[in-house]
Amino acid sequence: MARRSVARSLLNNLLSNKLEPCSRITASRSVTYMPRPGDGAPRAVTLIPGDGIGPLVTEAVEQVMTAMHAPVYFEKYDIRGDMKQVPQEVIDSIRRNKVCLKGGLKTPVGGGVSSLNVQLRKELDLYASLVHCSNLPGLPTRHENVDIVVIRENTEGEYSGLEHEVVPGVVESLKVITKFCSERVAQYAFEYAYLNNRKKVTAVHKANIMKLADGLFLESCREVATKYPGIKYNEIIVDNCCMQLVSKPDQFDVMVTPNLYGNLVANTAAGIAGGTGFMPGGNVGAGHAIFEQGASAGNVGNEKLLDQKKANPVALLFSSAMMLRHLQFPSFADRLETAVKRVITEGKHRTKDLGGHNTTQEVVDAVIAVLD
Amino acid sequence: MARRSVARSLLNNLLSMKLEPCSRLTASRSVTYMPRPGDGAPRPVTLIPGDGIGPLVTEAVEQVMTAMHAPVYFEKYDIHGDMKQVPQEVIDSIRKNKVCLKGGLKTPVGGGVSSLNVQLRKELDLYASLVHCSNLPGLPTRHDNVDIVVIRENTEGEYSGLEHEVVPGVVESLKVITKFCSERVAQYAFEYAYLNNRKKVTAVHKANIMKLADGLFLESCREVAMRYPGIKYNEIIVDNCCMQLVSKPEQFDVMVTPNLYGNLVANTAAGIAGGTGFMPGGNVGAGHAIFEQGASAGNVGNEKLLDQKKANPVALLFSSAMMLRHLQFPSFADRLETAVKRVISEGKYRTKDLGGQNTTQEVVDAIIAALD
Repeated sequence: MARRSVARSLLNNLLSNKLEPCSRITASRSVTYMPRPGDGAPRAVTLIPGDGIGPLVTEAVEQVMTAMHAPVYFEKYDIRGDMKQVPQEVIDSIRRNKVCLKGGLKTPVGGGVSSLNVQLRKELDLYASLVHCSNLPGLPTRHENVDIVVIRENTEGEYSGLEHEVVPGVVESLKVITKFCSERVAQYAFEYAYLNNRKKVTAVHKANIMKLADGLFLESCREVATKYPGIKYNEIIVDNCCMQLVSKPDQFDVMVTPNLYGNLVANTAAGIAGGTGFMPGGNVGAGHAIFEQGASAGNVGNEKLLDQKKANPVALLFSSAMMLRHLQFPSFADRLETAVKRVITEGKHRTKDLGGHNTTQEVVDAVIAVLD
Repeated sequence: MARRSVARSLLNNLLSMKLEPCSRLTASRSVTYMPRPGDGAPRPVTLIPGDGIGPLVTEAVEQVMTAMHAPVYFEKYDIHGDMKQVPQEVIDSIRKNKVCLKGGLKTPVGGGVSSLNVQLRKELDLYASLVHCSNLPGLPTRHDNVDIVVIRENTEGEYSGLEHEVVPGVVESLKVITKFCSERVAQYAFEYAYLNNRKKVTAVHKANIMKLADGLFLESCREVAMRYPGIKYNEIIVDNCCMQLVSKPEQFDVMVTPNLYGNLVANTAAGIAGGTGFMPGGNVGAGHAIFEQGASAGNVGNEKLLDQKKANPVALLFSSAMMLRHLQFPSFADRLETAVKRVISEGKYRTKDLGGQNTTQEVVDAIIAALD
């Protein structure tokens, strides 16, 4: 009798104990990292709060950076999506600092004002956009084992911005694909896979219809693939890709796409993995990098979200952790990610997109409280 | 009756399950890292196999690097501890590559030949030596919770090499302490603590006896400590320090010391945490870094170890993981460390210093098999 109850209470204890062995196991040896002298000097980062929920979530990042005493300081610039172009001082600041963090800039629908997001990317030649979509522990979704990185060509394709009205009522929009741009984004995708121990790169295309344009893209991808024999390469037509994403997402690893397909595939992948509120991302070129919420579904939040201040800051916090790694501050990046993941796993502070009621500030306070 | 046996068998299962939730928890989201284009280009690293077990363990590193397809290639130089000085081509190679990996160079006892290890450090002004001593899971020792980083001044102090015979039978050896060198090593120690989220820096000294020399060292440490108010600073006399290390090592975090004390403290800390066969380390200066086995207790292995080829390659493998992080290849560094830790915790392949019978090659093969 005594044995049975002892066994049962032990069993109950084991089963009810929140499994925290991960932190216990890793706490016995920290990451060994030998910095160069002077690596601790603070780095300047351009900050663009942007429109909509932008100022709210960038302020969240500023608060967390200050709480961590991270060696970054922000040079803030207030620009709005309805300006005619990005002010020269902002471009100069990014050229000088090499790294920028931004909220979204709302592009007006219709004629007149071209997208400032696109202008920034073209001006600084940030030719690859990266979104990392993966499941988070503590965040159940309909799809498991999602861990997809979408690398999207950022400067040409359907977004070339070359449109004209041939005759009244007839408009032509040019989709431009060049070997130069396709090759460098494919090179970036395979290099990313190599450096991050990824096993497979999938090129997304519609070359059965656009035989020359997407055909050129595929040709460039195939050439680069031969330089990386250790990484599997395959191709998938974009409509089949969308269907596969929502039925068997675990087959995808790194995906490289032209501009438009990348936009759609990235937002789909973000959605199946938990929502655009959680996925980090950025735009990178040879000399500069801009970090922002990975997939934003083209909007900067609605008014209700703004009034109630319930925007989800997690995506931008994860992006700022990517930024800290990019600036070579891995310890700070790890601390930030660990704190954010802990808050998500505990599930006590959840914004509206998770079905919760907390404000952005409450989530930020929770993250700061669990920083170690 | 049935319930009791079910509960008991469940309990037995849970207790006997090897706790692997850490890998399951972290496998759901990989480290998000956005490389710059071109980051995957291979980097040259100078390799000095050295004396004794040196060639054996550096070859282990070469094999593992090749198995991982790491973007490094080695420029090998054969030098031995009994040479008069380090050949100029080796110095030039390190100056060009900025990073070097080396085995030990055996310094002959007695007059005539000065240490080539010391010559390298002085020539390249590698003013800080770093050893990271911490317990490894799967490696039980008499002391738990050891996680100490010893940062040692590398260019002056008792190792200045300034000795002379005053009259026959009387020798003077100069210990030189300068504010310049003390300040920069203290600055490195506090910056290291800041960048790695360490809470405390302890200065080790004997200023009650050497009031001016070690007093100057302490003064420099105190000045630097004021610039880092978030990090605790304390001082300990070296004899008390040795005693505390072997009784309550968990009180130490980062330790900054002049040259001789650092040598002794580092080897003691390495010993209590599992032995010199496991602790990574390196020497760093403003422009260059040399990675080697952290603490070698002044020897390069005995003949029997060499004949039977049973040297422990783990320390140099961990040092090469530090080197990969230094070269900004964090994914490769993580893979290497994970594979090595897995082999150690499984405990099936153990070299002589662990009481096992395996050769270096068997351990290396096990690590290569455990790479993912």
